[in-house]
Amino acid sequence: MSALTAVATLRATETGHAERLTTVRHDHLDDRPFVLVPLRLAGEACAPLAALAGTDPADPVLLTVRQPRDRGERFLFVERLAALLLPYIEECRTAETETYTMGRGPDKEERRRPLRAPQLLVPNGDGIAYVRLLGRLTRLRAVEGPYAVDPAVPVLGKWLTWFADRAEFPGSGLLQAMTRLLAAHWATGQSAAEDSHLASLLAWIDPPGGHTGAEAAREAEDPLLYPPAGPATDVVFDRTLDELMSRYDEAGDDRGREAVGRQIDRELRGQMLPTWELMWRGVELLRELPEGGHVSERWAYDRRLFAEYAVYLDEDGRPQARRDHAVGAARRLARMEEAMARYDAERAFDDPLVMAEYELTGEAFTGVVVACDEDRFLPGARSPKWRPTITVRSELPVRLRAGTEIKCPARPGQKAEIVEVSPDGNGHTVLIQLNGGFNNKRKPPAPPGTLAEVDETVTYTSVDPKSMPSVLPAEEDTPWTHGGPPEPYEPTDEDAEEIWE
Amino acid sequence: MPPQHPFEPSDSRLATLRGPRSPQPYTARKITALTANPACSRRAVLDAAGVDKAVLAQRMGYEPRFGQSPFAIAREQAFEALVKWGGYAELIRLLREQLGIPVEEAAVTDLSEVGGDTSLNRRATETRHLLKRLASGSDERLILDRPLLTLEVAGQTAYLEPQALTHRVGGLFYLAEIRSFPAIDGQANPTAVAQTAKQAAVSVLALRRAFADMDLNPEQIAHEFLLICPKDFSNRPYGRMVDLRQELDALLFQLTRLRRADDLALGLPPSATLDTDRDEAELDASVGALDAAYTPDCLSFCEMARYCRDEATACASPTRLGGTVRNTLPGIDSTRTALAHLEGVHAPGPAEAAAIDHLRAAERLRRLRRGGAA
Repeated sequence: MSALTAVATLRATETGHAERLTTVRHDHLDDRPFVLVPLRLAGEACAPLAALAGTDPADPVLLTVRQPRDRGERFLFVERLAALLLPYIEECRTAETETYTMGRGPDKEERRRPLRAPQLLVPNGDGIAYVRLLGRLTRLRAVEGPYAVDPAVPVLGKWLTWFADRAEFPGSGLLQAMTRLLAAHWATGQSAAEDSHLASLLAWIDPPGGHTGAEAAREAEDPLLYPPAGPATDVVFDRTLDELMSRYDEAGDDRGREAVGRQIDRELRGQMLPTWELMWRGVELLRELPEGGHVSERWAYDRRLFAEYAVYLDEDGRPQARRDHAVGAARRLARMEEAMARYDAERAFDDPLVMAEYELTGEAFTGVVVACDEDRFLPGARSPKWRPTITVRSELPVRLRAGTEIKCPARPGQKAEIVEVSPDGNGHTVLIQLNGGFNNKRKPPAPPGTLAEVDETVTYTSVDPKSMPSVLPAEEDTPWTHGGPPEPYEPTDEDAEEIWE
Repeated sequence: MPPQHPFEPSDSRLATLRGPRSPQPYTARKITALTANPACSRRAVLDAAGVDKAVLAQRMGYEPRFGQSPFAIAREQAFEALVKWGGYAELIRLLREQLGIPVEEAAVTDLSEVGGDTSLNRRATETRHLLKRLASGSDERLILDRPLLTLEVAGQTAYLEPQALTHRVGGLFYLAEIRSFPAIDGQANPTAVAQTAKQAAVSVLALRRAFADMDLNPEQIAHEFLLICPKDFSNRPYGRMVDLRQELDALLFQLTRLRRADDLALGLPPSATLDTDRDEAELDASVGALDAAYTPDCLSFCEMARYCRDEATACASPTRLGGTVRNTLPGIDSTRTALAHLEGVHAPGPAEAAAIDHLRAAERLRRLRRGGAA
């Protein structure tokens, strides 16, 4: 957390309302997200108890397990979830497509990707962990043999695992936790631990009339008004549920059992409905924010990965392994680090309030153009090289050094470098050489708009969203020093038989 | 399950503070909570006096939201019974697998009662007696089920009840703890494992001290313990040895930092009371007179946390906002002061000047760059 976030938090404690951390929304919010509010049985590794799911805020689909210790009922729950989620995925997959180009130079090729991708929203970080576990539990099951399950079960498992894997990459919008989305855009006057509680976080951002966020957040902690957002359940509620489940087991006849069963359903729905409504309130609030410049680009990447995974499932279809192999893990870690750096840089380019963080740490500066040398050629070059300069005066001290490559969010295609930094009052004057970005022109005058004018306010930063990712050899070219190409994971009989008690 | 039977705190001042209610036992969980937040005098005194913090919080208008779900309890008991079935057959199997040496089967003695007597003192005496016999005598193969150990902490006697202590295996006695959180593909929830390891470290320390008191070699207690939890999504026991050396070092260090609870209680006025049957205002005044060190982490384990949080909010403590905000405000003990500095109402002293300058720069940038974002 930076000093800027700390200041926003301090201000929130003063005003009693959440303070914006960004000027735009940095995450994709789909027109038709799939919202999933899950509950699991306390004390068990991953025993689904209930879920509210769907794409229509007015019509959540209720899934319940009336006897969570029964293996059959559990798989029935998974089948029913698959019957909701898989058609949604299919709907995105068969959406209209667009063409995009991959690679550069001779390797360049044209491919197609759908205009839609699934977006799964869960209430909190624990919800993402639940998706991962449910995926792990179901993806390795066999559809034939003594422990056969419905064919939709392993398919759902593979998709859920894929969602959970992508959720670890910053900037990916395929599976998102609502608390994280909201906390990335607003600072509240409470701690991060309390912000992981969806109801109290939303209370700070959007308090009911006549209340401050601080008051509303305390009220939102009452589990009677706002039951926990799952997957963990409220302890007091568990006692009620335990009683109902005993009655369900002991019911004398089917009619009696069905009556208790319906009561269990009602109780579970009551536990999840407030969270369901909060989820959609969160969606509305986020939609009100204007979208950042790079959001659609990142979503296009998500759509591409979605299309690729769908093709993989058709052509190969083997499930993800229990554990990553070393080569895969190293690759994944490298990609995650790059995604993090790129996401941070893109957000800074899209949002002056995020760029302010870099200004504060000295990785960026803002100033007014005081001079401009449009006709400058690089001194001492053998052939003439047109390299215009601008002089920027910053009121704050500039901590970047001469020779640093920098870019300006207003002209992201223009490479520039610092020639000289000289003290000027409290701040500095910076001489910047522009190394391109003139629509391929090689001599003056500069095309309109490509060169900053005198009196224009500009921001320059050493952070670059277009920095090249590290190149790793393809998986099949892994050298023998690193164990050679890794073997893909084949599910074993043991996986299929795995007990789910 | 913690021991349910009363014990008597040695210090009469603490007993007076608690009043006529019977005291809560001092457990491994309380020691680990105290070592996690050693600056909290409030918790130190309340625990030492054996006050029921849940009842106290309730009396002061803060319904604590702790407790165990009936489902979790049922699962825990079923799993424990499974591990203990057939004379700890699963424990022996896991020990063999983990240590890679032959482990003989052993008899089991249940120390949760001694001839029908479940009093803590009786159980502790019997445990000591058995320990002495096992450690000094010939190689008797006996597993101690729920032994009761004692440990002096901050002037109080704590009673510890680990799940089991194995017989001598390869010259060492091993502690075993059974937990019902799962290990999925060999990985269990790291927070839960860390918590268990801390509690096990307390028991190992107590065992070592008991051995030293009896003039036996304390190094006979292994510095690792066997953690047993369900494998993947099943009920099958899975076990791993967990090294405790780091936890033991940390625990020893924290224990030296703890002030004696009776010394802390001396700071209270003579009229103070922690008797949960007294009225709210009296309790409030007495609890308020004990210094708390509230952090947001307290919410996850301390029954008093909500009371302390309101107090921290009232005096604008920066710690209530979490460690990262507090760290941007070095030397500033109130968020109101920090805000006043931002407004320029106060001039910061030389100690805070650097931090305040940084915050002011952030504030200025925030104002300039936020544009239309309210």
